[in-house]
Amino acid sequence: MPPGITLAADAPQLSSANTGFMLICSALVMIMTPGLAFFYGGMVRVKSTLNMLMMSFISLGIVTILWVLYGFSLSFGESNGFIGWSKDYFGLSGIGIVQLWPGYTIPIYVFAVFQLMFAVITPALISGALADRVKFSAWALFITLWVTAVYFPVAHWVWASDGWLFKKGVIDFAGGTAVHINAGAAALGVILVIGKRVGFKKDPMRPHSLPLVMLGAGLLWFGWFGFNAGSWLGNDDGVGAVMFVNTQVATAAAMLAWLLYEKLRHGSFTTLGAASGAVAGLVAITPSGGCVSPLGAIAVGAIAGLLCAMAVGLKYRFGYDDSLDVVGVHMVGGIAGSLLVGLFATGGVQSDAKGLFYGGGLDQLGKQAIGVGAVLGYSLVVSAALAFLLDKTIGMRVPEDDEVSGIDQVEHAETAYDFSGAGGGTATRTPAPAPSEKAQNKKVDA
Amino acid sequence: MKLITAVVKPHRLDEIKEALQAFGVQGLTVTEASGYGRQRGHTEVYRGAEYTVDLVPKIRIEVLVEDDDAEQLIDVVVKAARTGKIGDGKVWSVPVETAVRVRTGERGPDAL
Repeated sequence: MPPGITLAADAPQLSSANTGFMLICSALVMIMTPGLAFFYGGMVRVKSTLNMLMMSFISLGIVTILWVLYGFSLSFGESNGFIGWSKDYFGLSGIGIVQLWPGYTIPIYVFAVFQLMFAVITPALISGALADRVKFSAWALFITLWVTAVYFPVAHWVWASDGWLFKKGVIDFAGGTAVHINAGAAALGVILVIGKRVGFKKDPMRPHSLPLVMLGAGLLWFGWFGFNAGSWLGNDDGVGAVMFVNTQVATAAAMLAWLLYEKLRHGSFTTLGAASGAVAGLVAITPSGGCVSPLGAIAVGAIAGLLCAMAVGLKYRFGYDDSLDVVGVHMVGGIAGSLLVGLFATGGVQSDAKGLFYGGGLDQLGKQAIGVGAVLGYSLVVSAALAFLLDKTIGMRVPEDDEVSGIDQVEHAETAYDFSGAGGGTATRTPAPAPSEKAQNKKVDA
Repeated sequence: MKLITAVVKPHRLDEIKEALQAFGVQGLTVTEASGYGRQRGHTEVYRGAEYTVDLVPKIRIEVLVEDDDAEQLIDVVVKAARTGKIGDGKVWSVPVETAVRVRTGERGPDAL
């Protein structure tokens, strides 16, 4: 996110338009986390629906607080290139309400809350790989440790103006590396430690509600306009608008590519394929949409849709239980989008860096590969280590019996759907007992 | 008395209900069921993972009738349920010892 165009003599002034736009974008990114919850929630079996929803929702709670306390400071404070810290950002308490984010036309508060939403959704993305089997308390602790040790530093490397990857010239417009490769690699690290669901590859694990999946995908697609177009932090030079267009174009192309692959390979156009293809396209255009043309966006989307459609089958071949394909869609899609910058960057939108197909040689591709490798390696190793640590201390998984009978009952003491009147039972304890009918009748009698 | 049970394709329910009403049947019970016979299941694909779904959705209809009506009523159900394609289901009857109308306490054929 390089600064917008400003004349050297003019310090940027607060822009009401950009500030309003960015507040709306922040709200759009917020809705992606519930959207993701539904996208994942519909894909699991009925007995673990609530747990899947809660794994995303809890991130809205935990990460919001951590971000205010120290996350923003670690991610965007002054630094040595690897991790930030600014005393004023601790608790967001030393920031003036009209103090502008340096080089931009929006208050620091607005930038901080926009980035907060990114920090919330990134660990939530990991949860899809861990369906049905992780203790809720362990997950809550994992999120806390993971954003602290992985997300905050990586966001700093990629987006802070003195982050080491940013300074190297790695282009990541809205989070192909910091969000998607980061979450996908973390998912891979964790599942290698905690293992497969009981019955993986044997029991049918069909999505229990594809309409929920489609609803979730729709909310993600909608919210992603804020995620992507908002990442330019304003609209003074048209780059955000290009990003908006490319987001739509790449997503459409990826959805079509996934569906076509699926039709040819497996015989049907499925709703799950449409939803998955759309998300794959959104992921891939996230790093690249600010430097490609709309035709380039079609290529990025189509390539990502195809690659991800093929990648989701790998877990069966290699035997790792990436339950809802976080690795197959977010890591693979994120890598594709990040590397394709090195091929399709036109040099005419967010920066003058040109990709291979526009006469820029292999220079940018090399930089992108460094960004991909650094984030992937760091996240994979540290996430696996955190999962290992938690597994050896409090334990990451619920007991096998509980997993088989359904994690919703055990961890949340609730049932997702009660369509049958025969579910019944009696209220054994209520916070405020209803006045008993007997007592009322007695009064009348008296 | 006899209990007639029919396990049939769900979309034939309305036809069967109308035929039974025309025949003079006063009440019936319908349950959603799943199972397989010669039809077996079908294949579903989720992100490339193929699942064979053995059990197909069916409707189970239960009717209590007097002995004399049983054979004729079975014919009525079979006629209404038939599509001629595999998976049309089955109809059978078993003898019933007692039936009681809960509201009035009537027993036997009077309870039907």
